[in-house]
Amino acid sequence: MSVHIEKLIRRAPGNPDRLLLDRVSVDIPDGSFVALVGPSGAGKTTLLRSIAGLDPHSSGLLTIDGRDSSELTPRERNVGFVFQNYALFQHMTVAKNISFGLDVLPGRERPSKAEIDGRVKELLELIQLPNLGNAYPQRLSGGQRQRVALARALATNPKHLLLDEPFGALDPVVRRTVREWLRSLHDRLGLTTILVTHDQEEALDVADRLVVMQDGRIVQDADAGELEAHPATPFVMEFLGETLTFQGTVSGGLFLPEISHVVPFPVAIDEDGPAVALIRPHEVRLAADAGGAPVRRIGSRYGLSRLAVDLNGRIVEVLGSSNEQIFPSGAKLHIDAARLFRDGMLLSAKDGRHAAAA
Amino acid sequence: MAEAILSVRPRTSDPLPGFRLALFSTLLWVGLIVALPLTALVVRPWQEGLGAMTMALHDGRMFAALRVSFVTAFIAALINVPVGLLLTWTLVRVRLPGRRIVDALIDLPFAIPTAVTGITLATLYGPQGWLGKPLAHLGINIAYSTAGIVVALMFVGLPFIVRSVEPVLRGLPPEQEEAAGLLGASSWQTVWRVVLPSLLPATVSGFGLAFARGIGEYGSVIFIAGNQPFRTEIAPLLVVVRLQEFDYAGATSIAFLLLVASMLCLAGVAMLRRRVARGLISGVN
Repeated sequence: MSVHIEKLIRRAPGNPDRLLLDRVSVDIPDGSFVALVGPSGAGKTTLLRSIAGLDPHSSGLLTIDGRDSSELTPRERNVGFVFQNYALFQHMTVAKNISFGLDVLPGRERPSKAEIDGRVKELLELIQLPNLGNAYPQRLSGGQRQRVALARALATNPKHLLLDEPFGALDPVVRRTVREWLRSLHDRLGLTTILVTHDQEEALDVADRLVVMQDGRIVQDADAGELEAHPATPFVMEFLGETLTFQGTVSGGLFLPEISHVVPFPVAIDEDGPAVALIRPHEVRLAADAGGAPVRRIGSRYGLSRLAVDLNGRIVEVLGSSNEQIFPSGAKLHIDAARLFRDGMLLSAKDGRHAAAA
Repeated sequence: MAEAILSVRPRTSDPLPGFRLALFSTLLWVGLIVALPLTALVVRPWQEGLGAMTMALHDGRMFAALRVSFVTAFIAALINVPVGLLLTWTLVRVRLPGRRIVDALIDLPFAIPTAVTGITLATLYGPQGWLGKPLAHLGINIAYSTAGIVVALMFVGLPFIVRSVEPVLRGLPPEQEEAAGLLGASSWQTVWRVVLPSLLPATVSGFGLAFARGIGEYGSVIFIAGNQPFRTEIAPLLVVVRLQEFDYAGATSIAFLLLVASMLCLAGVAMLRRRVARGLISGVN
């Protein structure tokens, strides 16, 4: 069960010049767990809805299991969909919600009532709400509703599970539990899962692969490590976490930062010219240096000191490795681990590896 | 009882300021506008003595009139349910040209004086009317029959259904229908199992309003009904007839029975509404 998308275009209804999806191509093989990430309006949900067949596409190819999706009925598409607002049927009990997909089957395909009841019981156990079958959705908490929506989507044994911002309305602790549970469910049931989220950390935690979208296009499609080491554009780097940016130039195999107190470092780039270095705060190394930039401790995170470095008026915040690290006479910044970009494209990956290595 | 009311305290987190002011103005207003006239109506029939009341209660014409009123109002409201739902669906979901005009037209029965409605319908369905004449050829008589009363009550009752259901239908999240479709439901199954049940409480409310209006309706009915005692005479008309005969005991006892029966019917509607609203409206479980 795989999803294959080639040059998919969807135009905005009423405004054909605006592309909601712009030549999107992506391949989602059987059993993978893919997250569609990007800022609001990037086209993540639009793409997910296209895969589900909820929105038509203007051109391009979308096949599910090798069959053109436009020829498939919703039932043949074999997808379970969990909406952002869960879209539970308010007038039905939890059990009725879950069995809906079975209840609407035509007479000869529909399992017997006892079988349906058994399946509902099984799913209620699966979502760890065995006693809530007779409750109405209104009485449930956000996390419970979310799991009911998931059970409803799974009742017909779909091979694909599509989730639109499934954790959006949950509090952080519940979020983490549901996320882990979802991942184990995916592995146990052998599903192909596509998840839409604007929360990059969530995506990094749960998915095998991230598809980063921006303005209706796919910017990069890779696993977490690859995205971190070889971000295709500065946007990808910035979107995936806190980022420090240093303007500079490449000259004679060295990156020369514009700002003082940042140490130049060697790069494997032949072509000289302007470049920009992007680095994560924890990858910056500080070295004590008399006459360096003043350093002030402003807090801590994950047991690391959060240090504010004053680079001639520009304050950058980095994470120092230990609490005792104090630089009474100032420090210099080593940013060898930075990724270098020129004209919005990656020049050199993490730790100076050449971008072509990607 | 009075103590119980006075000891009511606002919920501690109630954001509404002036709880006492709000409570007392509400009680005063409801008392003056609603409770006082109704109390007068309940008390008045007994003032002529028990004899007058028992005499009134043995009046067959009165019971016939009450029956005509309730049965026609019920049938009219019932017919209005599918018609009103269809109309609402078209207004909300179908991008028809001119739907704004239709939308405005629906409220007209609220605005036109009921007597004008009555005369118009009587002319239209009368033996020489545009609709009455061809129908008469087919052997169908609308005017001066109970069917005429039903037609008039359908006219005045329709906006209640449409306006009750419309906001609910507009507010239905489209994802519910999409979810049903993705789970394999046909469009009929989606409408029948997902959309209509969601509209049911509002529909029952609209039905209740249309029914209540139908019981009390006077102006639009009397011109088309023919007003034959025992056959097409409605209870509100009989009240007027009794008043013109200076039979105040008779008039008030009809009014009293109308009141009691209406309250029972509306209580029934309210119970039905609670029953179908399970899971849909907060506080109803």
